[in-house]
Amino acid sequence: MSAPAPTRTPVRLAQAVGVLGCVALAGYAATIVVRDPTLHPSIPWMLVWFAGAVLLHDLVLFPLYAAADRALALLPATRVPLVNHVRLPLLGAGLTLLVYLPGIIRQGGPVVHAATGLDQEPFLARWLWLVLAMAGVSALVWVVRVTRRSAADG
Amino acid sequence: MIGLRASDLRLPSAAMRIRWRSPIRGPWLTSVFGLVLLCALPVVIVTGLLDWVAYGSGSIPGDVGGLHLPRFDWPTRPAWLFRLTQGLHVGLGIVLVPVVLAKLWSVIPKLFTRPDRDLLKLAERGTLVLLVGGILFEIVTGLLNIQYDYVFGFSFYAAHYTGAWVFIAGFVLHVALKLPTMVRSLRSRSLRAELRTPLAETRPEPPHDLVAPEPARPTMSRRGALALVGGGSLLLAGLTVGQTLDGPLRATALLLPRGRTAPGDFPVNRTFEASAIDARDVGDSWRLDLGNVRLTRAELAALPQHTAELPIACVEGWSTQQTWSGVRLRDLAALAGVPSPSGADVRSVENGPFAHAALTADQVLHPDALLALRVNGADLSPDHGYPARVIVPALPGVHCTKWVAAIGFAR
Repeated sequence: MSAPAPTRTPVRLAQAVGVLGCVALAGYAATIVVRDPTLHPSIPWMLVWFAGAVLLHDLVLFPLYAAADRALALLPATRVPLVNHVRLPLLGAGLTLLVYLPGIIRQGGPVVHAATGLDQEPFLARWLWLVLAMAGVSALVWVVRVTRRSAADG
Repeated sequence: MIGLRASDLRLPSAAMRIRWRSPIRGPWLTSVFGLVLLCALPVVIVTGLLDWVAYGSGSIPGDVGGLHLPRFDWPTRPAWLFRLTQGLHVGLGIVLVPVVLAKLWSVIPKLFTRPDRDLLKLAERGTLVLLVGGILFEIVTGLLNIQYDYVFGFSFYAAHYTGAWVFIAGFVLHVALKLPTMVRSLRSRSLRAELRTPLAETRPEPPHDLVAPEPARPTMSRRGALALVGGGSLLLAGLTVGQTLDGPLRATALLLPRGRTAPGDFPVNRTFEASAIDARDVGDSWRLDLGNVRLTRAELAALPQHTAELPIACVEGWSTQQTWSGVRLRDLAALAGVPSPSGADVRSVENGPFAHAALTADQVLHPDALLALRVNGADLSPDHGYPARVIVPALPGVHCTKWVAAIGFAR
């Protein structure tokens, strides 16, 4: 690739102003938690959660799902490839687990009970049934595709 | 940053040699995800900021400097306004999770590229921490809050509101810098043609930072990837929308606390048990204190009753519509000798965080604004606020005070 053309000075100036404005706004936003002294003890934790969200996504979640996706290459070769029939239910299971994690692992039960009068008892089983259903539908579609392919070839 | 040159920052060389394999990762696909987020995230942002306005003088966090929408008296019409804004904020926020994850996946090779020598470029890259950290922080705290999981241990309101503005800072700059790239990339391929391109004919985009130089054989077409992400969003939509519906469809929110209700009941946001109210304080000795007048429940029930279908909508995005009957707040204001109040302060028997609420003049005078004694034809249950609760059109659920002890109408 050829070297990119040097950016013109007015554009660079505008970019610099934009970056400074962005940092200034974010810094000003941070004063919301500084204004309230009762929040001061929790500021370090907020920063930990902020940075932790990025690090967990970039250095844990991404490598994990990328490695799992690589592992799909190990699936046996079939006339109708298995890869997406495994990938989709896995992604569906992972996505629903991530989004609805508190109920599934029963975290926060006392607050749930105080707010709703109910418990978190059914969520794990419901999630497992959902995963099973997604896997089942995916497998069924694969079988149908194999059958139709065989019929077409036969 | 003084004295630090970009060339001093060296990541381990192994990280630079990651072999990116995806044959469909590229600027066009990134831009499609980017366009979806560019259209939808402003809706999530504005509805979230509106929620702060809807809380009126009880907004949390209270002191946000200039970082809020212009304050205005939250309307009472239409009655479903807060149900809509907060349902959109939470619902759309959840539905966008797969798009955010896909967008991050699509640009992740950039994370592992060597830092630029140019300080401006380096600073721009630094602001991506605000963008990515901001959106992930908002998603995580939001998802935990709607499921009542306060594992983070800090104030949700303060953290989510501050995080929102940090994200907005990163988002506005990112859009300003990348909009031309997005438009150019979207024009580089035809969406219609992509939707007709099967796996067998899927080829990588032309060489670019994001396009793998030695891609693996494709296992999914670009249209397949779009369908996958859209399918993920649909799945989450299907598992979430139920928390805003009444009847049997509510149970479709299979994995959310608000998909469940006790048989024959509708949801509450605080049980009587959790309020720690002594049952004697809401028994026969209970009186409604209007300042110069004190009324028993029987006396309230003897006043003219009004019935209204009104929603209860909560900050967690769930809502429910029920049929409430009771005394109009404006009738109580007249009884208290303040027929044209400038507002009202409602106090509960309990001592919780939302034990009192300030109402505006509109919220008191609306013909459907009630001190409800009954719901769906029966006396309120203790969980729903017996002996009496406030219900006002479009008022956030937590301000529809239950177990009301006193109402002070301001002249």
